[in-house]
Amino acid sequence: MIQRECGVLKTSYEADMALYPLPIARWTVAALAVIFFVVLPLTLHEYYLSIGNLVWIAVIGALGLNILVGYTGQVSIGHGAFMSVGAYTAANLATRLDSPWPVNLLAGGLMAAAVGAVVGIPSLRIKGLYLAIATLAGQLIIEWIINHVTFISGGVQASIEVARPRLGPIVLSSQRQMYFFLLFFVVLAIVGTLNLVRSRIGRAFIAIRDQDIAAEIIGVNIFRYKLLAFAISSFYAGVTGVLYTYFLGIANYEQFQINVSIDYLAMIIIGGLGSVLGSVLGAMFVTLLPIVIRLGMEAFGGVFLAPQTVLNLIPNLRLMMFGALIIFFLVVEPEGLNRLWRNIRNYFRIWPFAY
Amino acid sequence: MRFYLAILTTLMLAGGGLFGTLPATAQSKGEVVIGLQCDRTGATQIVGTVLCPGFHDYIALVNSKGGVEGYTIKALEIDHEYKVPPAVESYERHKKEGAVTMAIYGTPHIYALAAKLTEDRIPGTSPGFGSAAAADGIRYPYIFPIAATYWSQGAAAVDFVKKQLGGSLKGKKIAFIFYDNPAGREPIEVLEDLAKIEGFELKQFAVPPPGVEMGAQVLDIAQRFRADFVIGHLFGGAPAVSIKEFKRVGYPLRKFVSFVWGSAEANIDAAGGFGVAEGYYTMQFAGVGQDYPVLNEIREMYKKQGKPAPKEMASTVFYNRGVLIGALHVEAIRNAIKLKGGGKITGVDAKAGFEKISNFTLGGLVPPLKITATDHEGGGLVQIWQVKGGKFEKVTDWYSAYPDVVAKHIKAAAAK
Repeated sequence: MIQRECGVLKTSYEADMALYPLPIARWTVAALAVIFFVVLPLTLHEYYLSIGNLVWIAVIGALGLNILVGYTGQVSIGHGAFMSVGAYTAANLATRLDSPWPVNLLAGGLMAAAVGAVVGIPSLRIKGLYLAIATLAGQLIIEWIINHVTFISGGVQASIEVARPRLGPIVLSSQRQMYFFLLFFVVLAIVGTLNLVRSRIGRAFIAIRDQDIAAEIIGVNIFRYKLLAFAISSFYAGVTGVLYTYFLGIANYEQFQINVSIDYLAMIIIGGLGSVLGSVLGAMFVTLLPIVIRLGMEAFGGVFLAPQTVLNLIPNLRLMMFGALIIFFLVVEPEGLNRLWRNIRNYFRIWPFAY
Repeated sequence: MRFYLAILTTLMLAGGGLFGTLPATAQSKGEVVIGLQCDRTGATQIVGTVLCPGFHDYIALVNSKGGVEGYTIKALEIDHEYKVPPAVESYERHKKEGAVTMAIYGTPHIYALAAKLTEDRIPGTSPGFGSAAAADGIRYPYIFPIAATYWSQGAAAVDFVKKQLGGSLKGKKIAFIFYDNPAGREPIEVLEDLAKIEGFELKQFAVPPPGVEMGAQVLDIAQRFRADFVIGHLFGGAPAVSIKEFKRVGYPLRKFVSFVWGSAEANIDAAGGFGVAEGYYTMQFAGVGQDYPVLNEIREMYKKQGKPAPKEMASTVFYNRGVLIGALHVEAIRNAIKLKGGGKITGVDAKAGFEKISNFTLGGLVPPLKITATDHEGGGLVQIWQVKGGKFEKVTDWYSAYPDVVAKHIKAAAAK
């Protein structure tokens, strides 16, 4: 509308390879950065920031899962467990060695990457539903181990308390402080993923997704890149687990059970497989929608019904509306919210001269 | 094209509508807010759908009688589907609405919120849920189990079994069948200690989630291990399955005592009714049945409004627990207002209010708890009720057992 591709000439390789080549895109990113880094945290109540924090944690996990499922085409129902690997690695390091959080964060991510690569080994021979079952087994095995090996879980309660992260003299405990802490990693994750998928590695992933035999013939080392996809994806999951642990102040295995893996799969499917924006939108959708539905029903429900009935109705109605909306969006656009957004964008790109 | 425009407009309208409808946060001065988390749609909905109405009915009763010291009580309920992220969100929501006490629902949730409760200095209750270590009020100043923890339940169960088996457990065999998750395994350490002290043989039988498959374990208990008594600690649908399975292998249910989450009408009904479960012993942290003055008052209140008593009241075990939790919160707030002597109470005041609760029994529905600054459990009192002739019959009065053993474990956990 204001300014489009037309007339944007690139005179150097750097300009051609920029993450956002169009000025309008750069302005949008800058505006979003201002909104999320300045406007929202300074204006919103802590409650809304706490919702934001839950979204940020989900965004990082969804990005990681999308690298594996969306970009490389390998299914995983084990990401909840990879998160718990990261969480317990960090919690054990924090309580036993008293190590600082950056070390724990990295160690949690790397440990999850290692475990993820091992769980990913079946992907070298099987695909699709078979791989889904293999990763499901990984999820259950990891759950069982954490649940039963007290050396890892820190006792029968399988929960380890960790101290809040510190930045110099500041202890990050309030939701507002956590917001910035988590947002920093969200930015890292988004920029990292955007660059990863357009690198040699990312292209190899996409080649494997589109046709692995063809990829092998043109010289992509399937063995290495499939396991790398599992490792990178699990690294994100592990970091998610560590951040979640620091966010709550405790690592507890019941926060990383199989339904979490499925929630994250839902996020990337609703958001759009194989897209960074889709992961972000999907994480926001799945986290925010139930809350938004509830707030709406709390506002309107009392008009028609008795308060006790409303209380019983809200959660059930919310589940139904949530399910219905997911179906609605997927029917409207099977490729997810990202595609929906792109359709809208493409429409306005040539608007009003649509011909 | 027009289609996408239409979608865009709809979304914008929807967005605008939502911002317009965010609930007002202003409060009247004479209101005290309790944050109640509930699970009406998740894994434990058979508990939540009955327990939470009990909570609300008690609050409504208090308000209908003029509130607490002139303040009205407002209980805000949020359903979290037994998931942790929504529990975090609802905690922050309650905090925003100015809740001075929080009724937390679920073991993973109390773990996840423990740090926050302490930082924000808002007392949270976890009746019948995990983290028995939270009974230590010094180590966990803002967490209040307010009912017998799994450790106290384990001790009480062993004591009950001892009496049933003639006063001595030497050489006896006791089977412990439990749901294989952290909450399920929590009592094991206490039971193992007691096995050493009392000289009985303890064998553990884990039931993997979701707890519907336990034929092998039950057969083992009944025919290979030949347990003299069974202690059961199961959740959700598992207790009903256990009743059916023990019945099937012919093991007498009068040699089975269940912890508090396998002991409600709902569990018995799911197993096939009271006729099937004849003899089954259940442990309770709130009184069972309809014959308590406070329940009559609730029925009276509904009658005055021209409404029938809610059907949840028939499921007395969970309903009464809801009343108990609500009543203890209200009592804590009452104590806090009295202590403060005017002005708006805060979470810190409410904590002091909880720590003053003693001999508050609601005509027998609530055990005579004595909550202090060091003991947030209040004594770990339970009653045993037995399924007999189509209803629950009281077998023991409020009691607790082996306090020294339980205290030893609480102390060890606090030192961690």
